[in-house]
Amino acid sequence: MRDGLIAVVGDKDSVLAFKAIGVDVFPVSDEEEAKERVHALARTHSVIFVTEQVAIWAEMYLKRYKARAYPVVVPIPSAEGGMGLGVSGIRANVEKAIGADILFNKEDKQ
Amino acid sequence: MELRRLKDRLKTATRGHKLLKDKSDEMIRRFMLYIRENLRLREEVEGELQASLNSFMLARAVSSDAAIEEAVSMPGTRLKLSASSQNIMSVDVPVFEITKEEGGELYPYSFATVTAELDGAIASLAELMPKLLKLAEVEKTCNMLADEIEKNRRRVNALEYVMIPQLEETIKYITMKLDENERGATTRLMKVKSMLEQQNGVQ
Repeated sequence: MRDGLIAVVGDKDSVLAFKAIGVDVFPVSDEEEAKERVHALARTHSVIFVTEQVAIWAEMYLKRYKARAYPVVVPIPSAEGGMGLGVSGIRANVEKAIGADILFNKEDKQ
Repeated sequence: MELRRLKDRLKTATRGHKLLKDKSDEMIRRFMLYIRENLRLREEVEGELQASLNSFMLARAVSSDAAIEEAVSMPGTRLKLSASSQNIMSVDVPVFEITKEEGGELYPYSFATVTAELDGAIASLAELMPKLLKLAEVEKTCNMLADEIEKNRRRVNALEYVMIPQLEETIKYITMKLDENERGATTRLMKVKSMLEQQNGVQ
């Protein structure tokens, strides 16, 4: 069973820092590795932080986990910078639930 | 008999439709609250995370790779969560609570071997962790709520545009058929009566 463990998956530069604060760190460098790693971690960890690159690589699995309570997969920006994947995910959610992108339009007007 | 059963079903369907619609409204209201928080947290976290990762990169640039790896490879603390779930509008969403193991030290290395940048990076990262987890929680809640809202909308639409009109149609058909039969019976009776009267009149 999962035991409230936290994992970070991503390129080595981005994830190494997390190791020092005591979370499980898994550096990956290519698409195959990323998919396998995320898939395996989904069974053992409850929260998985992935860099945006990994999120794109393992998109197939992440979609599957979206509707379940665990694991919680969260995309984070890598050391090189973010691609705005997190915010676009929020936007997609709004669109899915309400049918129109009301949240962001409003902000544009302000 | 069938008519009565259908009428009952229509009543249930209408009531279900109303309930589901109310549920949908409430879910959207909550969703808006969560999604706003999600957006705020996401922006905050991304900014701060970027900053601490940058300072970590800086630390790597200053010291040798091996030194940094050695420094962080044996963490003094181990971050743990107690994960439970909470029920929001019949959707089970995760709730986290950080349970840090006691006795550990945040800096798992000797201060002599690495630079101050690493200290800063790790300290800010450790500070960021609760926020990061909060983000995980809220984002998951949003995901699941969005999913549920979509499902619910399908149900409402199915009831509103398929189920209820179909039932109404069938009820109408049966009612008309029954009325028709009744009228037929009445005319027949009247006809028989007039025929009888005619016969009586002849005799």
